[in-house]
Amino acid sequence: MRSFDYERATTVEQATSLASGQHSMFIAGGTNLLDLMKLEVLTPHVLVDINRLDLHTIERNDEGGLRIGALVANSVLAADAQIRQHYAVLSRALLSGASPQLRNKATTGGNLLQRTRCYYFYDTASSCNKRNPGSGCSALQGRNRLHAIVGASEHCIATHPSDMAVAMQVLRATVEIEQPDGDLRHVPLQDFYCLPETTPQCENQLEPGELITAVHLPAPVEKSYQAYRKVRDRASYAFALVSVAAVTQIRNGRFSHVGLSFGGIAPKPWRNLEVEEMLLDEAPSEALFEQAADCLLRDASGHGDNDFKIPLTKRTLIAVLNDAARAGDIE
Amino acid sequence: MQTLNLRVNGEMHELSVDVRTTLLDALRQHLHLNGTKKGCDHGQCGACTILLNGKRVNSCLTLAVMHDGDEITTIEGLGSSDSLSAMQQAFVKHDGFQCGYCTPGQICSATAMLDEIKDGWPSYVSASLTDTPELCSEEISERMSGNLCRCSAYPNIVNAIAEVGADKS
Ligand SMILES: Cc1cc2nc3c(=O)[nH]c(=O)nc-3n(C[C@H](O)[C@H](O)[C@H](O)COP(=O)(O)OP(=O)(O)OC[C@H]3O[C@@H](n4cnc5c(N)ncnc54)[C@H](O)[C@@H]3O)c2cc1C
Ligand code: SF4
Ligand code: FES
Ligand code: FES
Repeated sequence: MRSFDYERATTVEQATSLASGQHSMFIAGGTNLLDLMKLEVLTPHVLVDINRLDLHTIERNDEGGLRIGALVANSVLAADAQIRQHYAVLSRALLSGASPQLRNKATTGGNLLQRTRCYYFYDTASSCNKRNPGSGCSALQGRNRLHAIVGASEHCIATHPSDMAVAMQVLRATVEIEQPDGDLRHVPLQDFYCLPETTPQCENQLEPGELITAVHLPAPVEKSYQAYRKVRDRASYAFALVSVAAVTQIRNGRFSHVGLSFGGIAPKPWRNLEVEEMLLDEAPSEALFEQAADCLLRDASGHGDNDFKIPLTKRTLIAVLNDAARAGDIE
Repeated sequence: MQTLNLRVNGEMHELSVDVRTTLLDALRQHLHLNGTKKGCDHGQCGACTILLNGKRVNSCLTLAVMHDGDEITTIEGLGSSDSLSAMQQAFVKHDGFQCGYCTPGQICSATAMLDEIKDGWPSYVSASLTDTPELCSEEISERMSGNLCRCSAYPNIVNAIAEVGADKS
């Protein structure tokens, strides 16, 4: 690991000002950052430890939802009584990620900002446009089993690895960000991440020095069916090949609410409005589900090793929709 | 170099470390507590599991300087060779280890896991998120999935944990 200066922030203002320098980074749980620093994929000159900031609580917000502090541990969030009861999809997604030990350290803010698990991004001897802009992408012609089938560009086909973010997106979460000048801004999670296009090194809307202080969830969709289905190479402790987060509601035999979000298939948590609209107000049927899955995957393309993700995503979505239909009218 | 205080297995220690030192390396190299093992050094094997303020974590993916004032329990703190903890005894009784490299992390992990169940924390395999989780083998396997073992001592580990869990409840 390269050497760096270590600073411990005690106030949010201090944290954002310390991190405004060009080679400064925040450290929260450290479970992704230190992994990457050991491999020298990341070489910050200054690490700003934010663990002593007062961002560890889950509180009710003005909209009847919840404000989740950026330092709430993934395990604590998954076990929170309100989350388990009203936002089950989030609890399930968190519990499907990493291991209990990692979840005890991993934080809400850090999880959103974890980097891709593309093997070439991790290997400093390989070309990678995300790690070293302009150097090329080794995954295009290489091993790309984990890689994206939608939303990628010829510059980068990496996926975003977070399970939590997929669930937060289906719940219509908003990211609360403190700017170095002390102002707060709120960005819907759905607009928070960027697609790679020609600049895969830019992954999200954060500007230098900006700190995620919380994630807001709106009031829960009452009496909804919520599920997180994660398909992976091992039964546990593995990243998603494909995952589907769903929040649905059926009234009088028709979908009265449809929220779907997908992990493992795109450079960011994936959402397709056309698919949701296609299902809304319709009666569940196998034919409808087929049609929805085909719409989702209309522009999908594999890169060799990951071709299998196209039929896998289709089958996983249909399975989740069938479960939702089986759960039926929830009164 | 940075100085920090750690309470390890009930004893205060003042350390002076390079800021790059992980908590794992501080325990092994500065405090000579070699029970905690370094397997992968990247959060993938669980050999370095310790209890940090009562919660299990991988000590390889955190810096010692981030833990000034924290309370740490390692395998040495759970029991000694003449007074093994219940979990340590159960691992011996059920032959839940072979190479011994992964065992300290597994025992720390298993010890903390029983508290998580007691607190009602669900897991990925819990059928209901709101009911109290049961201590069945499926739950034990899922909850121990962060601790790998190549010699396949798994059934014996599950039996050891089930026995201690049943005694506790
Ligand atoms: C073996 C292994 C398996 C894993 N499996 C999964 C999995 O299946 N699913 C999954 O989703 N994840 C998985 N993970 C990833 C894990 O969830 C992340 O490492 C973790 O959530 C990151 O959180 P952290 O607090 O440790 O972040 P850190 O490592 O501290 O930080 C990550 C990044 O976020 C930045 N940052 C942190 N907090 C803030 C903030 N408040 N504001 C602005 N920037 C911030 C840091 O500067 C850094 O760039 C796995 C990790 C490992 C090691
Ligand atoms: S897919 Fe993206 S992260 Fe992976 S090698 Fe190509 S540019 Fe790098
Ligand atoms: S040494 Fe820490 S998890 Fe492998
Ligand atoms: S105890 Fe080490 S491999 Fe099984």
